[in-house]
Amino acid sequence: MTGEVIAFYALAAVILISGLVVVSSPNIVHSAVALVPAFLGITGVYILLGAEFVAGIQVLIYAGAITVLVLFVIMLTEGGTGLRLPQRNEQGPIGASVAVALAVLLIAGVTHTTWGRGAGTLPAYTPGAIGRSFLGANLLAFEGTSIVLLVSLIGAVIIARKEE
Amino acid sequence: MVTLASYLVLSAVVFALGLYAVVTRRNGVAILMGIELMLNAANINLVAFNKYAAPGAVQGQIFALIVITLAACEAAVGLALVLAAYRSLETIHVDEINLMRW
Repeated sequence: MTGEVIAFYALAAVILISGLVVVSSPNIVHSAVALVPAFLGITGVYILLGAEFVAGIQVLIYAGAITVLVLFVIMLTEGGTGLRLPQRNEQGPIGASVAVALAVLLIAGVTHTTWGRGAGTLPAYTPGAIGRSFLGANLLAFEGTSIVLLVSLIGAVIIARKEE
Repeated sequence: MVTLASYLVLSAVVFALGLYAVVTRRNGVAILMGIELMLNAANINLVAFNKYAAPGAVQGQIFALIVITLAACEAAVGLALVLAAYRSLETIHVDEINLMRW
């Protein structure tokens, strides 16, 4: 067991346990807070995969911003933990069997496929390579994303605004 | 040595967890949390394929970064919709929101 293997299984355990809390807790605030260890575990997976820049962005946007946004909306709407109301609809068994079937199908698919290994190595400094690519070959995607961000920001403000 | 298949299996399980939340939760915010889990599962796949299938390029990481950006947009618009629905219908339980117009 090398350190990489131990780190992978520890991170997978953190992600799956907190993911289970997210999907199954009757207390909606516990679900939202359990998102943080799940996202941080995924950050660790990114670092294991040599994607330091994506890991940093994951901490900033997911573990920081989106979780706080979710908690704000919970406090603005439900007015509490939601423990007094049933949090799950009547499709529990069907949903669980669909999710388990999908997971089994995907796992069978990925474990029975032989994945080829690509040539080359990761750049030693991936943030630099990502920056050059965003302002070079992927400039159109970069600019398009910025327009989508602007549009969705304005849209969110207009949708959430009080109507006179 | 962790293989590519291990990462893919992890992301498949996270995706299934997110799907379960989307299908069974009543609270609109909890459904959005399930969607975030599914997007994260997809991102694990993208970064893992970047390392194992095309290590010379950084396209997988760029894809993951754009998906993270769009997920932030989706969360902002989705939560604004939840707030608007709560303001006019006074519920955020999606099985009680069955009106197209008030």
